[in-house]
Amino acid sequence: MLRSVLFAPVIVTSLGLTSPVHAQSTVYIPAILELSGAGAVSGTNFRDGMLLAIDEINAKGGILGKKIDTPLLDTQSEAGTSRAQVQKVLDNKPYVIIGPVFSGSVLVDMLLTQQAEIPEIVGGEAAAITQKGNPYIFRTSFGQQFSIPKIANYMRDGVKAKTVAVLWVNNDFGKGGRDTFIKEMNSRDIRVVADISTESGQTDFSADVVKLKGATADAIFVYLNEEESARFLREAKKQGINKPLIGETTLLGQKVIDLAGEAANGVRGHVGLTIDAPIPAVQEFAARFKMRFNYACDHNGIKGYTAVYFIKHVTEKIRKFDSGAFAEAAHGMTITPKDEPGILMEATWDKNGDIDRISFLGEVVDGKQKIVKTLPKLGK
Amino acid sequence: MASFIQLLVSGLATGAIYALIAVGFTLLWQTSQTINFAQGEFVMLPAFFVLAAMNAGAPFWLAALIGISLSVLILGILFKVVVVDPMLKYGVLPLVISTIALSLLLKESTKDFYSSQAQPFPALVPAVDVHVFDAVVSTQSLAVLAVAIVTVVSLNLLLNRTRLGRQMQATAQNATLARILGVPVRRMVLYTFLLNAVLVAIASILVSPIYLAKFTNGETLGMAAFIAAIVGGFNQVRGAILGGIILGVLDNLSAAYISSQYRGAFPLIVLIIVILLRPQGLLGRIEERSV
Repeated sequence: MLRSVLFAPVIVTSLGLTSPVHAQSTVYIPAILELSGAGAVSGTNFRDGMLLAIDEINAKGGILGKKIDTPLLDTQSEAGTSRAQVQKVLDNKPYVIIGPVFSGSVLVDMLLTQQAEIPEIVGGEAAAITQKGNPYIFRTSFGQQFSIPKIANYMRDGVKAKTVAVLWVNNDFGKGGRDTFIKEMNSRDIRVVADISTESGQTDFSADVVKLKGATADAIFVYLNEEESARFLREAKKQGINKPLIGETTLLGQKVIDLAGEAANGVRGHVGLTIDAPIPAVQEFAARFKMRFNYACDHNGIKGYTAVYFIKHVTEKIRKFDSGAFAEAAHGMTITPKDEPGILMEATWDKNGDIDRISFLGEVVDGKQKIVKTLPKLGK
Repeated sequence: MASFIQLLVSGLATGAIYALIAVGFTLLWQTSQTINFAQGEFVMLPAFFVLAAMNAGAPFWLAALIGISLSVLILGILFKVVVVDPMLKYGVLPLVISTIALSLLLKESTKDFYSSQAQPFPALVPAVDVHVFDAVVSTQSLAVLAVAIVTVVSLNLLLNRTRLGRQMQATAQNATLARILGVPVRRMVLYTFLLNAVLVAIASILVSPIYLAKFTNGETLGMAAFIAAIVGGFNQVRGAILGGIILGVLDNLSAAYISSQYRGAFPLIVLIIVILLRPQGLLGRIEERSV
């Protein structure tokens, strides 16, 4: 029932029933997200985090006295649909656009928002997104060029690996991660002995695990989406892989742990965003999220939540709803939880729109993610 | 050698599931000229019936029975009465389009009413490894294979050794002649839909512990089974079984020994070769129709 209510704006918007003229008492910030298709888990987590923040802000009077008006548009997890949805909302002159989460979709539609000079706060993590000189693109999670070097350091210093295998999903997210990982391994003189691509939505990993077993690597870097990660872990346990399985955020997410069961125990890696972070504000957010949506939030929920507070804070700094001024002011801005509690952790946006903040090293112990070390901001 | 055995068993287990789904394709086609493009979603849905029953407190065995019963009711009887019967008189194409629409409806409804997130699904047997010639074979794969074989053998016995089965075959081969000979054709067609519902429910219970229960599962399964049915022979149950097995094994072996990047292409290459060299499928028979 709740979902039906949440989807009502989507249906209304899809049918073109919303008025292009937005009431003066609201600010139009549409969200274009993966609400169906392969990316629905990521998109719905992002959406729910975002809705929680919007309701909190609107309940306190909105931004500069205007309530946030956020219709939800579904990309169906397809880049072409995402682009069409962006084109549609641009006709209504949005202040800022939120989403999408899939890097492939972001890379396709960010040209449109750049031409229209509208800031876009995205959930995509592919390195390429912020390397195209687009002054209107911002993230609320690490790009791969920030997270993968941390993994690489851990492979060298923590695991002490001399050889590694990499298993990656063949989409923009996976390919970007794989390319960055191999570059970082080469720069640390760690040899990549197996480079195995898998398909998005792949269900059977027995062949991939057989190949990994034959590769005799010191450690295996796993860079897949949520469900594929869980299926892989089950197969890896089934076939008795005994090398360290190292991942980045997704592999250690609670959803993957729940799906993989015992097979997730022992998995280690870098975690950019997690509700298990030893930070009270993050844990309180996670509790509010769970109470409202009745499921545990993943890192995408935190991305969605902080995206809205990022918009609020920047807007209150510039004291007007001016898209160009927003993009200009947001670069180089640091927001602390003291200034804006909804940002949860201190964060800085650089000249490319990339975010820098603390992150974590984690391990799965007895079916729970355990944070073993907090890593400082890269800029410190 | 150990890797090969491991891949072979795993491929056979996957292929056996494809075979069950593909058999459903062929049964519906033979008796009612129905190509059901919602067949993949028919496999996805029973897992959620089972999970809903378990959430309500039912033990797994009871939940599985409830899942199969609901499948028979919704994916068998309701599907025939609400979708197939009204559309069939307009020909194959409108019915195909109706089943495509149905697949979208089932997929999105499952997402909205249950969850967009994948759900863990209980396995038939505990995960214990069996060592065969240095290969580690999972009891789950063996259980899937065993249940699929028992199901297919039972189906064959029903179709070939019982009066009911022979009446169903007569209906499939020539409905007009069967009606003249006193076979209750309408009832036989209904039974076929019920059989298909049972097959997809069993496939769902077998595949969901591996695939995890998710609203998008039908996309992969439906396509794989459709290709399997064409490769094996769309008008022969044994052809569908062979097609399923070939596809499952080929998928695993090609990913391991040729390229995991192009694994999705190999079944399609086989499909093209079969269509070019033997359009009726490996075990299919040529159908001649007068116009």
